Amino acid sequence: MASYSTNEFKGGLKVMLDGDPCSIVENEFVKPGKGQAFNRVKLRNLKTGRVWERTFRSGESLESADVMDRDMEYLYNDGEFFHFMEPETFEQHQADEKAVGDAAKWLKEQDVCVVTLYNGAPLAVTPPNHVILEITDTDPGLRGDTAQGGNKPATLSTGAVVKVPLFLEIGETIKVDTRTGEYLGRAKED
Amino acid sequence: MSDSVWRPTAPLENLRRRATLLADIRRFFSERQVLEMEVPILSRRATSDPHIDSIVADCSGDAAYLATSPEFGLKRLLAAGMGDCYYLGKAFRNGEAGGRHNPEFTMLEWYRVGWDDHRLMIEVGELLSWLLRISKVRSYSYRALFLQHLDVDPHRASFEELKATVAKVLELSFEPAGRDECLDLLMSHHIEPNMGEGISLVYDFPATQAALARVEDDELGVPVARRFEAYVGGMELANGYWELTDAPEQLRRFEADHCYREGNHKPVHPFEERLVQALEAGMPECAGVALGVDRLLMLACGASRIEEVIAFPIERA
Repeated sequence: MASYSTNEFKGGLKVMLDGDPCSIVENEFVKPGKGQAFNRVKLRNLKTGRVWERTFRSGESLESADVMDRDMEYLYNDGEFFHFMEPETFEQHQADEKAVGDAAKWLKEQDVCVVTLYNGAPLAVTPPNHVILEITDTDPGLRGDTAQGGNKPATLSTGAVVKVPLFLEIGETIKVDTRTGEYLGRAKED
Repeated sequence: MSDSVWRPTAPLENLRRRATLLADIRRFFSERQVLEMEVPILSRRATSDPHIDSIVADCSGDAAYLATSPEFGLKRLLAAGMGDCYYLGKAFRNGEAGGRHNPEFTMLEWYRVGWDDHRLMIEVGELLSWLLRISKVRSYSYRALFLQHLDVDPHRASFEELKATVAKVLELSFEPAGRDECLDLLMSHHIEPNMGEGISLVYDFPATQAALARVEDDELGVPVARRFEAYVGGMELANGYWELTDAPEQLRRFEADHCYREGNHKPVHPFEERLVQALEAGMPECAGVALGVDRLLMLACGASRIEEVIAFPIERA
């Protein structure tokens, strides 16, 4: 396996640290004029999502991690695993709940997600930034309240709960930003 | 990005600021009767500094080295009787690249005959407050700074105590090899970023980090290097010495540096024996300081990375 020296560390590089795959977030070269050179590195542990800050001696190296991001279509959940397919090769991958994590509440069949593979197996799933989902439960809509502020919780078809304006009804489809959980608007009917 | 690599990375306005900054520096020294000197930037001798690497060039088939500072040339001129003088120009250090480093950079270095480190620190404070319009200048001993920030005496604490202090504030991928490595880590990672606003001058460094400064006992009877550093806004800007003038001691330090470099598998190049000869002939008592002009410009422009003040940093040079 290849290894990278501190001067090759840059944002997005995938390396192994303490046995876990990590993605480099930031690499700062620190050198007192008359002192030794160090690299102060921020890394995201791809298993836990935690960000570590670690100081290396300049010139130290880390092994590369066999980590790849792939666009994949979400197929279905069989109760235990979430199934994804690579659109070009039709190759299928199953991800467990731990890998899917919080993304689960945004997964709609046929949506294209980013699946991070580690040694060929799904390690993490990132949903599309914007998803269109149906409201399956919410309090009755208040007519004539379109201009006023105020909102209410609505449960979506995937189980996510988001805040929506008061006038929305069960059965309507809306657009949501998965990064913030924010309601963006009614989905266009087409 | 890739389609405009011919362009400068720095805004033109910052490059215009560079021009006025260089003119202001020259005016400052001209008013004080300190003369601008040129010294070789391509030399047959290299630095011996354990932590600074020279860039090697080929000159007529023989190795030549790009100067890592104008120090040797200026000191030979001082020994020849030149008097107060400075250099403002390029210096080169191999492998130094990052947010505050470019392997080719602009350095200001000056010497004052008959002065000691404390007298020169005052002048560094004057230059910086004038150029940066900062009035707040504070000075601390290296020990006071460590006591204040980490509650540890950098001169007397054992290696074990220093390692424990490092472990409290930092996560390392390696085991520190000695006291100096611990001190470097604490200074650069913890103290420097927390020094706060204004100009900070730090003096009386550990004797083991003397470089080319003389070593004397401080008020507690602990041998310290008569070396100082200037920091502004958590950034290291300048490093100065009450200069060593003792030729045999200079030779011992060159040889010790070479020993260290050999032991650490670093390139070993010929050291400047003509500096030892100059000291033998008699270099006047003096103090000298080197200052990073690109970083000074970063502060003047409010830039956070060095490529914002250099037209063509190494990736585009």
